[in-house]
Amino acid sequence: MTFSDRLDVRVCDSSLRDGSHAKSHQFSKQDVRAVVGALDAAGVPVIEVSHGDGLGGSSHNYGFSLTDERALIAAAVDTAERAKIAALMLPGLGTVDDIRAAHDLGVAVIRVATHCTEADIAVQHFGIARELGVETVGFLMMAHSAPPEVLAAQARIMADSGCECVYVTDSAGALILQEAADRVAAMVAELGGDAQVGFHGHENLALGVANTILSIRAGATQVDGCTRRFGAGAGNTPTEALAAVCEKLNIRTGINPIAMFDAAEDIVLPIMDEEPTLSRLALIMGYTGVYSSFLRHAYRAAERYQVSGADILLRCGEQKLVGGQEDQIISIAVELANARN
Amino acid sequence: MAKVTAAILGSGNIGTDLLHKLVASSVIEVHSMIGIDPESEGLERARGLGVETSAEGLPWLLGQSTGPDLVFEATSASVHADNAPLLAEANIRAIDLTPAAVGPYVIPSVNLREHLDAPNVNMVTCGGQATVPIVFAVSRVTDVSYAEIVASVASRSAGPGTRSNIDEFTRTTASAVEVLGGARRGKAIIILNPAEPPLIMRDTIYCSVPADADPDAITASVSSIVAEVQRYVPGYRLTADPQFDPLPGGEQRVAVFLEVEGAGDYLPSYSGNLDIMTAAATRVGEEIARSMEGVPA
Repeated sequence: MTFSDRLDVRVCDSSLRDGSHAKSHQFSKQDVRAVVGALDAAGVPVIEVSHGDGLGGSSHNYGFSLTDERALIAAAVDTAERAKIAALMLPGLGTVDDIRAAHDLGVAVIRVATHCTEADIAVQHFGIARELGVETVGFLMMAHSAPPEVLAAQARIMADSGCECVYVTDSAGALILQEAADRVAAMVAELGGDAQVGFHGHENLALGVANTILSIRAGATQVDGCTRRFGAGAGNTPTEALAAVCEKLNIRTGINPIAMFDAAEDIVLPIMDEEPTLSRLALIMGYTGVYSSFLRHAYRAAERYQVSGADILLRCGEQKLVGGQEDQIISIAVELANARN
Repeated sequence: MAKVTAAILGSGNIGTDLLHKLVASSVIEVHSMIGIDPESEGLERARGLGVETSAEGLPWLLGQSTGPDLVFEATSASVHADNAPLLAEANIRAIDLTPAAVGPYVIPSVNLREHLDAPNVNMVTCGGQATVPIVFAVSRVTDVSYAEIVASVASRSAGPGTRSNIDEFTRTTASAVEVLGGARRGKAIIILNPAEPPLIMRDTIYCSVPADADPDAITASVSSIVAEVQRYVPGYRLTADPQFDPLPGGEQRVAVFLEVEGAGDYLPSYSGNLDIMTAAATRVGEEIARSMEGVPA
């Protein structure tokens, strides 16, 4: 099904959530106001704002926020004139209290993320969000690690518990073209008209836009981007390039590409500490299937313990760590340092 | 002298592992095991061990002419919330393995004897049993302004009760980090990992302590509590020395890394999260039994 009469696909820009990883969670209210203002003016219909690891993510394990995310969300809601503001939460980390608080602040879309085989831990969260009248999105993270039929069954669990759109979430930037499309197609076939399907891509193998377009052709009607790739790992599908490519392909997103190019260069770039790149560590993440937000943690642990960041990430892949296990990065670095001494 | 008798409510994974531990106890005699599904593997095993069983729930137990002294409740938080007043009325002491937290929290290495007379005690959560002793070990030698725990468990060891109310895990664990652990503020995170073969339970504990806190004193206190927990969970061990890092704002962070390998009584050894719960409940039950018999510990 198409998204609406006006749009073929709805884009959510996650620069102020996934970008939080790349910014080590140091966004200010001014940053949020500037980005939301520019994206809203360019026609981006949904803008996500939260700690990188979702509501309640400010912690020793994931990094403390400079500014309380609730203040950032309030600034975003206050600034947006047309765009809906979304917030992410991970069950096991945040709770339904965070969903209620986000709703009270004016958040219109709650996105609930689980590892791609653990959808049933989100049932209560979708239920509460729907009771509050908030639009719901579900993320099946690390989607490369499960085959299409498993994802489809997990998508069914989310849809049955009140999720209105289930995303193939390529957290490791590890899906290759048809692999993304096959997963989207399997979920579309399973869900039919019960829920939409979305795609969230990372650039660790430089396939963000290509994977997103194939996902749209396979039936995805919601997709994510980050302006200037401002996200974890090598960054996310660049929203401004996606908008331009969609226009050339006659896929209606409602986003003005030229206005997005300006927003990317004039507003988002100056806020970044550094641009996400296809660095050695980011490539290892895409190549071996490691959760993108481990990148900054791996750099820090490598420096602290004087071990190889590449070795840390390879070990993360071998141990099949999932999103949220950032603590194990330190444990692995200590182990590598002990083995060297 | 007759042993103190105990019934097990709940015939799922936890109840069945507990059954295997209690039949080996020298101070507790298993009175019965009660479930709601006559076909359950747990009840089958209990019958095999010569233990009386029922699939009729608590009403069956309350209808028996000779009831037990203790009940170990291994159902779910909402079921225990309903059962707790009925058990209290029947004068049966409850050891609650759900996160219902009707009674006070008990963690053997922290406050084993504090609530020996309470009609109902709560075993917190598996993550709490594994991590709160570490927070307690740090807070007994220095001030802990904030403590945060991350529990990673194998997906296969997280049952439907945990999955349907994961918020209850994070809330109850965070509360025990404060109340028993001694942190002024607590936070708990649980991660389910589906890797095959299943991973052993991993726990990380971060504490914010003053910049001048003595790392040697903290490390020694942590080592001694680990030895204490190992008395009832032999597979509880540090995977690294405690790590100390400066924090902005004049504090430092101590990070402690653990793994918990189960005894493999009924459940596979990777599910240390379930083993530490049943081992702790057994330890608490035995201590209550000794106090009821007036036997010195």
